[in-house]
Amino acid sequence: MNVIAEAPALSRLLMSGNEAVARGVWEAGARVATAYPGTPSTEILESLADYPDINVQWSVNEKVALEVAIGASIAGGRAFCAMKHVGLNVAADPLLSQTLPGANGGLVIGVADDVGLSSSQNEQDSRYWGRFGHMPVFEPGDSQEARDMVMEAFEVSERHGVAAILRLTTRVCHVKAMAEVGERLDPPLKPFEINPRRWVVVPVNAKALLPNMFARDGRLTEESTNSPLNQEWSGSDSRLGIIASGPAAMNAREACPDAPLFKLGMSHPMPLERLKAFAAKVDKVLVVEEVEPLIETELKAAGVAVHGKDVLPQYGELTAPIVRQTVAGLLGETVPAPALAETAPEVFPRPPTLCAGCPHLTPFYCLSKLRKKVVITGDIGCYTLGVGHPWNAVDTCTCMGASITMAHGLEAVLKETDPSKRLVATIGDSTFLHMGMQGLVNMVYNRANVTLLLLDNATVAMTGGQDHPGTGRDIHGMETPKVDYRTLCLALGVDENHYHDVDPYDLPRLFKILRTEVEAPGVSVIRTNRPCVLTDKFCNNPPLKVVDEDCTGCGNCLAVGCPAIMVTRRETTTDNRGREKELTFVKIDSEFCTGCDTCVATCGPKCIVPATAEATP
Amino acid sequence: MSSHTDTPATGPEVGPVTNILVCGIGGQGVMTAAELLAQAAISLGHDVKKTEVAGMAQRGGVVTSHVRFGPKVVAPAIAPGEADLLIGFEVAEALRWTTHLKPDGCAMVNVMRIPPLVVSGGLFPYPDDPVAQMQASGRQVIAFDAEAIARQLGTVRLVNTILLGAIADHLPFPAEVLRDTVLAGFRARKPALVELNAQAFDTGRATAREREMAKAV
Repeated sequence: MNVIAEAPALSRLLMSGNEAVARGVWEAGARVATAYPGTPSTEILESLADYPDINVQWSVNEKVALEVAIGASIAGGRAFCAMKHVGLNVAADPLLSQTLPGANGGLVIGVADDVGLSSSQNEQDSRYWGRFGHMPVFEPGDSQEARDMVMEAFEVSERHGVAAILRLTTRVCHVKAMAEVGERLDPPLKPFEINPRRWVVVPVNAKALLPNMFARDGRLTEESTNSPLNQEWSGSDSRLGIIASGPAAMNAREACPDAPLFKLGMSHPMPLERLKAFAAKVDKVLVVEEVEPLIETELKAAGVAVHGKDVLPQYGELTAPIVRQTVAGLLGETVPAPALAETAPEVFPRPPTLCAGCPHLTPFYCLSKLRKKVVITGDIGCYTLGVGHPWNAVDTCTCMGASITMAHGLEAVLKETDPSKRLVATIGDSTFLHMGMQGLVNMVYNRANVTLLLLDNATVAMTGGQDHPGTGRDIHGMETPKVDYRTLCLALGVDENHYHDVDPYDLPRLFKILRTEVEAPGVSVIRTNRPCVLTDKFCNNPPLKVVDEDCTGCGNCLAVGCPAIMVTRRETTTDNRGREKELTFVKIDSEFCTGCDTCVATCGPKCIVPATAEATP
Repeated sequence: MSSHTDTPATGPEVGPVTNILVCGIGGQGVMTAAELLAQAAISLGHDVKKTEVAGMAQRGGVVTSHVRFGPKVVAPAIAPGEADLLIGFEVAEALRWTTHLKPDGCAMVNVMRIPPLVVSGGLFPYPDDPVAQMQASGRQVIAFDAEAIARQLGTVRLVNTILLGAIADHLPFPAEVLRDTVLAGFRARKPALVELNAQAFDTGRATAREREMAKAV
């Protein structure tokens, strides 16, 4: 049960920023909401799926998600679209192309920046898009503000005929805080008109719309100047004032409760005159913002003397002690900072691992055995973990779908410089449908020599197990047509003799097919077809155990990388040629083992056998 | 919406806040424990902020959950050196996060060891005596084998409730508030487990007290 969705108006409860955004979208009367899953934004749509009277959809990628939302807005309904920061790069084309005609029904794009890089390939600042696309940017700092600001963003969007950006960060999305909710509004639909001069951006129409966009900028500045979301908080110590936005403003307030603070909620366009007046009231100004110095640079350009990234860290999350230290430095004071001075104890890394029984284990085991022969391009998903111990079997990872296209490019050069190398691209099912199909058809068309390992575990695993067109279920779990990968790949031009559906738990067969296909010319597709162990499609088999007295310590099974296999002891012996050899004896944790049997095939002495109830200690 | 006024608003008061950091490994119940602490604080009318950092994968990685409560909580996360309490579900993880504790903070640690593949594979050593290392930093450390107690009571799933019981006397509110919150959750979802969890909570609480008494002598 979704308690936030069920909560009556005026109730106050603990909710994450993502849940608060969902509630605000629904309360604002949005008709359509779309997204592609991506940390830290995923739970917005998952939560919205529990609300009535709104069409909620997983899209195949962010470009598609935004275009569906744009269509709904043009039709006159309020529409919302969510994604992570790098998702908006994928949607950049519609984002910057829709900005001239703008929005009809309110259109809000919720974009979640992974400040501190907990689950992304970069730490980019989505507020740039507001400047790039002449769109207002809202920056909530906690759950209450997230709910309130998304509703205000719809109002501003509709009032000025412009899409609005709701810039979230991990410390809004994934922080639970108390927030009060309200009733769902029932805004009337905006009339839909056939109007090619506005909705068909051929050059002649687009040119005519340009002056409107700049006039709109002026109205948005006025809106921002009068917005109660941009508020000044008093402080008794006027030696230093702080200008801040988002969760950074919360940290600034905690760090310096006596410093006057100008908190920007609608942070673009900036209320410049108010900020100038604020700066005039204090001796020094510090701008506290996360990722890029956007507010700082614009203030400096306007002739306001401020500090910012010159004294604050250039990247990573800001915390109250960092702000406190920085302010103290600017004021020529010292504050005791035992924690910042104390070095954390050195402890081994604990990188995330593939799960026990994960269907990605054997593909990476096989690739690790072909390591000398292959260059392996990786993609975005759990299987990027193939880069780590013990497989060391991912050589590149850039962005969604790039495993296929980059393998293609690598091959074009390596076939001249190192013709013995073969290219293998690894990509998951959802990533393939997101942006992989185009790369595959491109490879076939341009006669590439690449083996594509399509690791189909029938879910978007890394973001928590969402459905997509390959699972045959929609966001509500209702049945929907299911992609047939074989038919799809053959239609894109893959030779049917080089397309294989393989059970990844059948290690010998997978290895044989992979070894054959990497040597074959042209494009091959090998699709593994077992579900993610964390989904309800997965069924456990009875667990396995190691017969301790038969284990020879060869350690072969450890190369599978299954976390259910544990080392019990190590010994050093001398082999018959007098060389020292390390032996590693193992056991299998029956609580984690899923009984997938893949380690059995790697065991020399055949001492991995089904565990019986009485044999489990 | 109404237009702004020129008089600055006062903004939120920054009052005393209790900071609890819960740490462990994905799948151990770290987030559930943090959620229960948050709910207990809410039941007393506190303002609460709670946040997690879970790594990329869902299992096996480091997980920390920050719980902050008081009359008004502004910043979302606990900075290094600012935690009043640390609950460690795994002993090396407790060591990893020791410096998040205030110098006079208290750590409640389950001594269970879960070596990751990089350790069992021989790439990194597991610390010999993490508890001693934590104590060497001058902080109060209460360490015991919560898993062994859980097994004695019938299931390892009770580790979570045992650790919450152990921390209960170190909170700025009566232990019974947390106990009621934990049991109310079971009463609503799994009533058959209420008795067992009550026993686990009380055993955890008694064990922590014993350890403290032993140290005091």
